[in-house]
Amino acid sequence: MGEFLMPSLGADMDAGTLLEWHVKPGDTVKRGDIVALVDTSKAEIEVEIFEDGVVDQLLVAEGSRVPVGTVLATLRATGAQATASPPSPAAAPSAPRIQLPDGAAPVTAPQVERVAPPETIQSPAAHRIRVSPLARRAAERLCVDLAAISGTGPRGAITLADVERSPASLAQQQPTSAVQPPVAEITSPLPPPSAPVAPLPATENADRQDAMRHAIGALMARSKHQIPHYYLQLEIDLSSALSWLHESNAARPIEGRVLPSALLLSAVAHAAAEMPEMNGFWIDDAFTQGPGVHLGVAVSLRGGGLIAPALHDADRKTLDELMTGVRDLVQRARAGRLRSSEMSDPTLTVTNLGERGVDLVHGVIYPPQVALVGFGAVRDRPWAVAGMLGVRPTVIATLAADHRASDGHSGGLFLNLVDQKLQKPEAL
Amino acid sequence: MSSVSPETRMTYREAIRQAIREALLADENVFLMGEDVGQYGGSFGVSKGLLAEFGPERIRDTPLSESAFVGAGIGAAMGGMRPIVEVMTVNFCLLALDQIMNNAATIGHMSGGQFPIPVVIRMTTGAGRQVAGQHSHSLEGWLAHIPGLKLLAPATIADARYMLAPALADPNPVLIFEHGLLYNQEGDQPPDATVDIECAAVRRSGTDVTLIAYGGTVPTALDAAEELAQDGVDAEVIDLRVLRPLDDRAIIDSVTRTHRAVVLDEGWRSGSLAAEISARIMEQAFYELDAPVARVCSAEVPMPYAKHLEQAAMPRSETVVAEVRQMLGGSDG
Repeated sequence: MGEFLMPSLGADMDAGTLLEWHVKPGDTVKRGDIVALVDTSKAEIEVEIFEDGVVDQLLVAEGSRVPVGTVLATLRATGAQATASPPSPAAAPSAPRIQLPDGAAPVTAPQVERVAPPETIQSPAAHRIRVSPLARRAAERLCVDLAAISGTGPRGAITLADVERSPASLAQQQPTSAVQPPVAEITSPLPPPSAPVAPLPATENADRQDAMRHAIGALMARSKHQIPHYYLQLEIDLSSALSWLHESNAARPIEGRVLPSALLLSAVAHAAAEMPEMNGFWIDDAFTQGPGVHLGVAVSLRGGGLIAPALHDADRKTLDELMTGVRDLVQRARAGRLRSSEMSDPTLTVTNLGERGVDLVHGVIYPPQVALVGFGAVRDRPWAVAGMLGVRPTVIATLAADHRASDGHSGGLFLNLVDQKLQKPEAL
Repeated sequence: MSSVSPETRMTYREAIRQAIREALLADENVFLMGEDVGQYGGSFGVSKGLLAEFGPERIRDTPLSESAFVGAGIGAAMGGMRPIVEVMTVNFCLLALDQIMNNAATIGHMSGGQFPIPVVIRMTTGAGRQVAGQHSHSLEGWLAHIPGLKLLAPATIADARYMLAPALADPNPVLIFEHGLLYNQEGDQPPDATVDIECAAVRRSGTDVTLIAYGGTVPTALDAAEELAQDGVDAEVIDLRVLRPLDDRAIIDSVTRTHRAVVLDEGWRSGSLAAEISARIMEQAFYELDAPVARVCSAEVPMPYAKHLEQAAMPRSETVVAEVRQMLGGSDG
């Protein structure tokens, strides 16, 4: 018996709303099938299943908002009997089989809660920040962001000591340390933090905007709090790359032409394949190499906000495939129809702000990734070659990288590798 | 030459005997009754010598019927006497539970205060002496459930010596639980003093965690605190002393200072005094807590006879130390 869980579609998601089921009990599904549509605070995401089987029960009704890790549906092996008797006698009265389609009564929240006994709530709990009541109170008083602290208490809970040790707290305590009153007597001398956690169920567009702003804010704050960024930049001569592209595009139909941005993505993907320390995740104080080069492509959304879905195996795609992939991603991102694997898989993000006319971008790393590559505008700039000044089309590539996972030395090698790839565009 | 002469040391057993003797001398309405308290000197030797000194009118052996002699004690108290009733163990007081709950705890209320019941019922509690599954339990939590009773758990020589007098003076029925492992505990003879029967006591001051214990678990908590001190963890030990009504103030004050609590209770965990204390901490000091309240209780089995199994079933200082270590930042949970 398998379980289909509310997935984490990015480091900033701790709950999601199940909008639509695309399957019903009895349907046969295989790995990769889209089985549900889930609304994160950022977008509506088509969620894939990672197991073959037959849908047994749907446990969460459309419209319900549940924490990441909640069991949404159960699966049985193909050919196995449908659940005649529910998994445990205790669950029998409270977990009837649910036939959802067409006007069936939706599952109510209490039933859903009973389906998951307290012992198994660990997976959502793993995504919820564990904070002791005392620490939570202290964090509020000191205006310390709990998301930026890692806990050292029982089962990783944040304790008072963790809050007091945090840089934000130390900064505040410094001027008043001599007169710091004992915690027990404090009745919040500081104004309460002005931004309460926004309730997320957002259907209205404006609410969605707010929720997305909040989610981006929380994630970026966490990134800047936790990740010791270092930044490098390199100006790259694109003259040979662009002339090669010009020639090869001549052979393509107009709608199939490859844009320089695809060339840049491809160069980064190839460089990342050769330098895996830039391609992966920093989790639990250790680096984990990405399972492939899945480039997160930063896409700005029309109403504001930002999303960076994955272009899977970008290092193994041809330029034409990359171009098609990017167009498809951008379209679907803006239509709010991305897939779950695209949300959770990126191993290295690329942001290209050239179209916005800026020269370079110092990016903020998307946790738990360890690097972000930025490109500014391709412009004609003065360029010295062999003692002579000429004018060449160049782009400034930047790297923001996690100093826990790599050092400036390898970061420098990486940017130079991107440069080398762009000097041999025919190999991309 | 020892600087400590024998007269300055006293056992817990001797302290209780002295307390009873003093009460018998002070008030002619006081008498002691129970199984084997006279000729045999008490099942645990507490009343040895008292029959010879005070005679069979005041040191009364009873038949083996807890219901009858506890009931007789309650009746005597209604009639103006100040009886001290000894029940061999808390397990056997179950035979007298009807008398304790339906009569002792209620008659004062139901008579509109016309009949105070100033009876004192002493009983042995706890494990550790290899007397197995019918003589070893800690059922204080059950009795602490009953309004109208006052429950005392002396854990020190001084409390054993001086809690009896205020208990006899109290117009309510008072139950005194004497832990079987404490009888041979020896300590300095306490100075002539009185003690209250309202407050918990801090037996060791500390800043990092509060260990809440009573009766037989007080030495366990102190042992754990010593071991924790070697790790630089400064544990406070609270001896509850009075199990009903609980001294909430002392518990909450301590937890407010230390922000962490471990409750030791030789009773079974489910529905225990430890459960009650944890709930009160949650109700009154939730926002002071820096970690969930932990409990170290007896294993939920009838107390085993075999020594190693009995030891394993009882609250142990190693378990307390492990709980505290985890609380203070082990992430092994």
